[in-house]
Amino acid sequence: MMPKGKNNSSMFTRRGALSVLGAGAAATTAPGVFGYAQAQSSEPIKIGFQVHRTGIGAAYGRWYDRTTTAAVAKINDAGGINGRPIEIVAEDDGTDPKRGAEVIEKFATRHNCDIAFGTLFSHVVYGSSPRAGELKLPYFVVSEGHHVASGALNRYTLQPGITDVKSQVQAMAPYVADNLGKKVTMIFPDFAFGHDHRDFFSAAIEAQGGEVVAKIAIPPTETSFTKYFPKIPASTEVVYHVMVGPAVLTFVKEMGEFFGPSAPQIFGFIDSLEAVDITSPGLQFLEGSYFWEGFPRYAQPNQTEFDKAYRTAVGVDDNGASVSDSADVSTYAHMFGCWETLYIIKAGMEASGYQGPADRAKLIEAVEAMSDMPESHEHPQGLKKFNGKTHQTFGLQYISKVEGGRLNLVHTTSLEDGLYEDEVDYTTKSF
Amino acid sequence: MDFGPYLILASIEGAVQAAVLALTAVGLSLVFGVMRVVNVAHGEFYMIGAVLAWWVSTSVGGHPAVGFIAALVLAPLVAGALAALCDFLILRRVDYDPESTIVATIGLLYIIQQTTLMTYGPDARPIEPPFNERIALPWVQYGENGLEWYYPWGFGTTTYKLFVIVAAILLLVGVWAVLARTRIGMILRASQLDPDMARAFGVNVDRVYALVFGAGAALAALAAVLIAPIQQAHYLMGGDPLLLSFIVVIIGGLGSVAGTVVAAVLIGMSDGVISMFFSPTLAKIIATMLVAFVLIFRPQGIFGKRVA
Repeated sequence: MMPKGKNNSSMFTRRGALSVLGAGAAATTAPGVFGYAQAQSSEPIKIGFQVHRTGIGAAYGRWYDRTTTAAVAKINDAGGINGRPIEIVAEDDGTDPKRGAEVIEKFATRHNCDIAFGTLFSHVVYGSSPRAGELKLPYFVVSEGHHVASGALNRYTLQPGITDVKSQVQAMAPYVADNLGKKVTMIFPDFAFGHDHRDFFSAAIEAQGGEVVAKIAIPPTETSFTKYFPKIPASTEVVYHVMVGPAVLTFVKEMGEFFGPSAPQIFGFIDSLEAVDITSPGLQFLEGSYFWEGFPRYAQPNQTEFDKAYRTAVGVDDNGASVSDSADVSTYAHMFGCWETLYIIKAGMEASGYQGPADRAKLIEAVEAMSDMPESHEHPQGLKKFNGKTHQTFGLQYISKVEGGRLNLVHTTSLEDGLYEDEVDYTTKSF
Repeated sequence: MDFGPYLILASIEGAVQAAVLALTAVGLSLVFGVMRVVNVAHGEFYMIGAVLAWWVSTSVGGHPAVGFIAALVLAPLVAGALAALCDFLILRRVDYDPESTIVATIGLLYIIQQTTLMTYGPDARPIEPPFNERIALPWVQYGENGLEWYYPWGFGTTTYKLFVIVAAILLLVGVWAVLARTRIGMILRASQLDPDMARAFGVNVDRVYALVFGAGAALAALAAVLIAPIQQAHYLMGGDPLLLSFIVVIIGGLGSVAGTVVAAVLIGMSDGVISMFFSPTLAKIIATMLVAFVLIFRPQGIFGKRVA
């Protein structure tokens, strides 16, 4: 519809038309006008869930899916967000960066999602985040990579529900150096996530007076590992391993076969055994070795009520396996991030009075304004401190020891152990 | 690790890989030799073998060896029957036209892979080996009392890996014996040399083709059953063996079984040794360059006969 000139002139002028159009546009975006109508609607809030259903991240994807489903059910039962239910739109990214970017595009343009959420593998985050930034789609990742806090991504990408590798290894290094040894050989997957481990742990152990004597990179799609182990120098006091992908069980098993009875101290990131039963045949040699855990897989004697409630909601038993199938072991050390991130999204949307895609920038500003997150049903893994400038959260890390075929918690770091200087201030970047 | 133990360890790893590769590649070579079909889905029959091995060994209870032996028999049979069915339903319909069969087997690759994904799922699943003891290997060094034995750190292998090498050698000898010493072998060779003449002598070439296609897939499946207790079963595991099999078959000479075995040992061993001393990527680069040189300077392969 083309409005006539508003003033006494009966002639149609370009300036008149522009002013009317401008006024109309201002009215539609002004809060409280159309917003009122939307607030009344019970239209669901659509969250695009980028999930590793296939490819090398499938085990994580399965459990990220279950955790997300459980958290959404809980939030919706309690009245949803601003009175609106959450609807999860799940799309498989095949654990592939290219498909990841396509999935983001689909969320924004085809499904009209309010936000995107859920990615784990760092190369998929790297592949997807630029597209999310271009489409101005808030992208909440649950990935552990240092990519968010490093400043490599953009204002639309946030990681509020899980700590990053730099913080994790910095918090763990003192324990490794004091209790296990100072000469470390690192074995890590050869992509962004593994490189974070390589770079930040090397620096962290050197700060403790230790050194990395060898760095062994393994492609994440590798299926046979014995050929890499002879590169471990005999002077090694501690083997630091972190592996991902479908062959992690083979990796750990072959490591045991390689060392035989004369293994050095072994410190692993539980990633090497996520979704794998620690009592699987061939893993007996892990007895007495140490693992980083994002969240203890086995229910500990001092289990909090929050962990108990969270475990029950997701359907995980005291050994970290599915309640319906004890062979289906969870990715317990990572998947809590989905739960916590969804509650942060809820808090952010409520704080910003989020109504629809026009409020995406307000949502990001609201999350950026967050800081302390106490241990609670919303944050069962432990207290957290979110840094709005770097878009990265900080929290507690757990070290467990394998004893009698289960992981027993032996050390919990403090939140301060994992803090580091800001490397970026996303809040100064434009939307 | 000292050079000597390091080299031996690399050789053992290389030999395991060569053994499995030889079986897989002989299957591919057999199909090409007799039918002139380039089977792009060959790696998927390998994958099916491992997945079936998981399925059989978990369905059969009791000692792991029982499940393993059952898998060793059943997995190749099922994979072979499936392949024969594919031959009957698809390859025969396109008249074994070289271009069409390539496209058809690419389609088969995706169908098999995605069907496995939909049914078996995206996880890697372990298969328990029938036996698996670590053997520490000794080495000699000059000590105070002259030459003495010792057990270097990390220098060992497992009984199951040695079994894979021996089993593959026995199976390859069996394949050779069938091809060279039996009536079936003679019919195969006749169909390969001149299908029309074979038909004139009353050979049911259609049936021979179905048999060969099935046997090729069964060999790949058999190789996978052997390796699965070491590497687990996963729906994407068919990619690498396919690539390596093609490399081996091209270097050895398409259709030459002896050449395939020699090339498999060459590629498998060099892959093991180069991977250990340098990097696995370099091993793949060298293997692929070798293929390029063979194609340029000796397109019929090392053992192949030049086709007029």
